[in-house]
Amino acid sequence: MNSVKTTDSVNDVAPVKNSSKAKIKILVAEDSAVDRMILECMLKKDGYNVILAEDGVEAVEKFEQENPDLVFLDVLMPNLNGMEAAKKIRALSGDLFTPIVFLTSLVDTESLVTCLESGGDDFLSKPYNAIIIEAKIKAFYRMREMNQTMVRQRDQIELNNKHLMQEQEVAKQVFDKITHAGTLDLPIIKYYMSALAVFNGDVLLADLSPTGSLLMLLGDFTGHGLPAAIGSMPLASIFHGMARKGFSIGDIIREINGKLYHTLPVGLFCCATAVDLSFHKKRALIWSGGLPEGGIYRAASQRFDVLKSGNLPLGVLSNREFNHTPIRYEMNEGDELFLWSDGIIEARKPEGEMFGEERLNALLHAKSPVADVFGNILKQVQEHIGDSDGDDDVSMVSLAMPNENVAQKILLSAPKSRGSLADWAMTLRLNTSSLKTFDPLPLLLNVISEVPHLRQSSSVLYTVLSELFNNAVEHGVLNLSSQLKSSPEGFVEYYRLRKEGLAELVEGWVTIDFEHQLEEGADGGVLTIRFTDSGSGFVKENDIERTAEGNLHPNYYGRGLQLIESICEKLTINVPGNKVEAIFRWSTDD
Amino acid sequence: MAINSSVSGDGKTLMIEVDGRFDASSLDEFRSCYEGGQSALAGYEVNLRKAEYLDSSALGMLLVLRDYAGGDKAEITISNCSPEVKKIFAISSFEKLFSIQ
Repeated sequence: MNSVKTTDSVNDVAPVKNSSKAKIKILVAEDSAVDRMILECMLKKDGYNVILAEDGVEAVEKFEQENPDLVFLDVLMPNLNGMEAAKKIRALSGDLFTPIVFLTSLVDTESLVTCLESGGDDFLSKPYNAIIIEAKIKAFYRMREMNQTMVRQRDQIELNNKHLMQEQEVAKQVFDKITHAGTLDLPIIKYYMSALAVFNGDVLLADLSPTGSLLMLLGDFTGHGLPAAIGSMPLASIFHGMARKGFSIGDIIREINGKLYHTLPVGLFCCATAVDLSFHKKRALIWSGGLPEGGIYRAASQRFDVLKSGNLPLGVLSNREFNHTPIRYEMNEGDELFLWSDGIIEARKPEGEMFGEERLNALLHAKSPVADVFGNILKQVQEHIGDSDGDDDVSMVSLAMPNENVAQKILLSAPKSRGSLADWAMTLRLNTSSLKTFDPLPLLLNVISEVPHLRQSSSVLYTVLSELFNNAVEHGVLNLSSQLKSSPEGFVEYYRLRKEGLAELVEGWVTIDFEHQLEEGADGGVLTIRFTDSGSGFVKENDIERTAEGNLHPNYYGRGLQLIESICEKLTINVPGNKVEAIFRWSTDD
Repeated sequence: MAINSSVSGDGKTLMIEVDGRFDASSLDEFRSCYEGGQSALAGYEVNLRKAEYLDSSALGMLLVLRDYAGGDKAEITISNCSPEVKKIFAISSFEKLFSIQ
């Protein structure tokens, strides 16, 4: 409105310039014509814009019409006295600070105090002193400007905050859907996540696998707010996608770890516990990294077994260094698994005292058994927190082993394994030009990693495929002799010849057959790998000299087939050796 | 796939780090790491922390390095082996020829 000058500080004593003085509007309310004229003259001479009123009622009217920056009110006026007028003016000006200065000929302390108590900001005693008036106007004008800036900023903050809340509301709906999706509504799952938890990066996922297991993951990202919650997006999509295709909990954990490791900034990671509960095998496979140890409440003994932990959280190590092997626990009917985030231990009273591990342990290892352990812990934690509205992000879940009837019903809604590669066969034939330039191993590994349970063997299967392929190319198509490799020089020469041979190859091919089948009960499967090549067979000249135990004079060749035999169940070399078949058998870990 | 090498702080050990696949396709790169005439070397360390896969040609390459480094007198450490890789070394009795960690 009328403020253009910004004030740096209260101590700013720079004189108000005449040009800007004209913009300062002052209302003078005074019933005595003489006094009014004296003040009007003094103010106009200083260059202010002056508005006049003859009594309290007119003062209020003029205030409404003119919206002055400063008000001088005579205390004693007809119709409405100064103090009453001040109250009305205060009410009218609302948030905006309008300085009100009383004009008075009274000098006794009590009257002056009453002036200020009734809503005035200061008083001016008659007769007027021009220098004091000027100084007071300057000081009050500065205060008014500061107040205007403050009100403007406050409104801006309120607006920003409103926007932020709307954005968070939308984001929260999205995150709630992502982090609560799947099959959390099953009767064997109890869970609690406080309102703030999801937005602070806690995530709880459950899904049924076509293998007849229930998979569950409780995660807690480091940090708070949106940055912490953002990682739950890729985590949830990998979890659900792989769970419903029948990948094992280890494979899923490994995939999530790799994704988080590559996408999250250093310092942001996810503490998590992941569970595979198999109803018919009566066991749980549990991988835990970074969350407080949960435990299993045993129905038979009414005791609480604490879970082992010991892995680093997800997203800290590269997959190469990451251990994704879960630990196996027996789970009998009625046994109940409990997991929680550290929010439950760190839950604070209004005074700041934490719930703490001791209280939790006391509940878990209580002598007299409690019917509803989950409800009991939650109740105690909530009572502990009380009305404290602090950083309360409590997440807790329990998973009970159902009886056969309930398990049957639950598994009705499990996905059939149609969505994943199970029974299949494929043939890849590399003809001359492809053989010269194309490396089929990455392609074959990609196919293998799409097959649940084969993926975790991709490292050893790489070795098998690499051996078989190199055998087919080197000894079959190129007819190279391994004996060349019996000296270091020969070893290097051998690979030079291989390169040269491929470059000059006129005709040759390698056919790779894969055949994969699940075994009865889907607890395992068999992959048959067959390599056939255009060569005349290597069996005769590749008469393997095995490195005998304790032999310190190493051969530079002859290890390949030995490696395959150690990895595969069966290796068959069909004489004359241009057709090799390896059978790799896998079964779920337990 | 990439192979990097550097000399350790005390100047005695050549550190070779393999990233990705370790097989015959990296033979030239692997050899050029050590065939540079660093005569004062007392030993070698092949770090497999980042090696994803390996096959028998990689075993051959390690033996060629061992021969270059003095055969039975060679001091070669293969470090940061994953359980799968350790198994492959065990099948070939490599722990008698190398220090495997």
